[in-house]
Amino acid sequence: MSARLTPILYAVLLVLAVCVPLLGVYPVFVMQLLCFAMFACAYNLLLGFSGMLSFGHAAFLGSAAYATCWLVTAQHWGTVPAILAGVAVSAILGTIIGAIAIRRRGIYFAMITLALSQIVYFVCLEAKFTGGENGIQGVPRGSVLGIVPLQSDIAMYYFVLAVFVLVFLFIYRIIHSPFGQVLKAIRDNEPRATSLGYDIGRHKLVAFILSAAIAGLAGSLKGLVLGFATLSDVQQSTSGLVILMPLIGGTGTFFGPVIGAGVIITLQQYLSDRVGGWVTVIIGAIFVACVMAFRRGVVGELIALVGRKTKTS
Amino acid sequence: MTTIFGYPLIVILSQLMLGLVNGSFYAMLSLGVAVIFGLMGVVNFAHGAFYMLGAFGALLGLQWFGIGYWPSLILSPLIVGTIGIVLERLLLRHLYKLDPLYGLLVTFGLALVAEGSLQNYFGSSGQSYPVPSILTGTWNLGFMILPIYRAWVILASVVVSFTTWYVIERTRLGATLRAATQNAPLLQAFGINVPRMVVLTFGGGVALAALAGVLAAPVIQVSPLMGQSLVIVVFAVVVIGGMGSILGSVLGGLGLGVIEGFTKVLYPEASNIVVFVIMAIVLVVRPAGLFGKE
Repeated sequence: MSARLTPILYAVLLVLAVCVPLLGVYPVFVMQLLCFAMFACAYNLLLGFSGMLSFGHAAFLGSAAYATCWLVTAQHWGTVPAILAGVAVSAILGTIIGAIAIRRRGIYFAMITLALSQIVYFVCLEAKFTGGENGIQGVPRGSVLGIVPLQSDIAMYYFVLAVFVLVFLFIYRIIHSPFGQVLKAIRDNEPRATSLGYDIGRHKLVAFILSAAIAGLAGSLKGLVLGFATLSDVQQSTSGLVILMPLIGGTGTFFGPVIGAGVIITLQQYLSDRVGGWVTVIIGAIFVACVMAFRRGVVGELIALVGRKTKTS
Repeated sequence: MTTIFGYPLIVILSQLMLGLVNGSFYAMLSLGVAVIFGLMGVVNFAHGAFYMLGAFGALLGLQWFGIGYWPSLILSPLIVGTIGIVLERLLLRHLYKLDPLYGLLVTFGLALVAEGSLQNYFGSSGQSYPVPSILTGTWNLGFMILPIYRAWVILASVVVSFTTWYVIERTRLGATLRAATQNAPLLQAFGINVPRMVVLTFGGGVALAALAGVLAAPVIQVSPLMGQSLVIVVFAVVVIGGMGSILGSVLGGLGLGVIEGFTKVLYPEASNIVVFVIMAIVLVVRPAGLFGKE
């Protein structure tokens, strides 16, 4: 996309997002979409910009969701401290899992993150405070520092939207910082980045922790929006979904994960009423189709198209 | 009554037995994953789904056509192996030149399709499959009671695993296979049809998973999701044994099954995660895995 057009496009999207409650769209649906979009952006920071395919990102989404929901429900914490605590939990978890997983690369990295996230799943299944199969339910939304109550969907929506925009800008900042440039260098050619004197391990670990923390933030918000945290948040199928989102939208593109999240969440909502259990099959088929024929994703294809046009003209 | 660490010996022995049975399945499945990865560079996420299809092949064969256990032991792996071959020709072969992660993602999608479809037809609840009549009953060994079928499972999988190991490591066919993993274009230049070898290897690995599924059918509940979490344990086993090392995956599978069995006695809450914890420790100490070379 040309450099002049992009800011205009984002401005239009932002105006649209602000107007959503006026357009009569169900706000909880859009909030859920935003949470997954944030999750997908966090994931893309790892997959798209650092070249690490984690197959266990649900562990971070879920652990933060559980932590925040438990703190708000059982410990009566305020909303904002509980969200921060959730982010801290997923960041710590990210440090541990990341430190082990970055010892290997590529396919091994994927399998290791998958296996380690399975530990988190079983802990959530068997620990006392997580409520086992039922999860934590009836989570109150509370208020922002005692000032803005979040009970109404509209208030919650603007809160989630504000956090989302901040996170989006934060990721943009990371990608375009010297740190982000080094990450891309590692992705494209690790031996060369090493020989230039960069500490590969440390850069990868920091990227992993950042991604885990933002995924956790998405999980905490999602728990508060829906009022529950359940096992599906930590399940491997969720880890699979968050790989699919950037893949559909375009890995390594900036807005791709948001589009991917939009497509998947809308499909899930729309289809589960109509085809019931076939949603899993359809998601699986999309997975296969994307990898076989559509590896650049929506935004990736658009960029390629525009690039071709500007070259020929 | 004899006790060890305050646990009755009989409890420990029977958990050890169960652990060996589980370990047999781990061994057969991780063997297939290791062979497929070694030759094709594809980490087959659908391996658990193929295992499930093998068990369903036996179950539906019995329910719909009255096909018994023994013919199923051959038929079901043949059918599932053929499905594997078709999928390799249609999808996987286009991905060999790309990053191996794409193979993982495609097989993940295939697993979702297979598990989701069967879940829609048969529901998530498990169905039981009868133990074949010759193998029903138990042997009283004096110190413990051994169900005959479980002994058969362990025996069968050990024989199958070590035969596979022997074929790959000690025969001329195996030498050709290993040569293909090292330098496929050169082997092709010698006049060997490498793509055919690849497709047959994939079919073989998949058939092995289905065979494990048929063996498992009488001891577990046959359900569409039976392979879903198993495949993750199998991945961990392969990482522990050392990716691509066949002996590592066989010994690792059996050993981890036993360790899991002991954990069930000593600290049941941890039995689901012990394999993953061991994997983490192995990675810290020896990143290439116990039997891996790197």
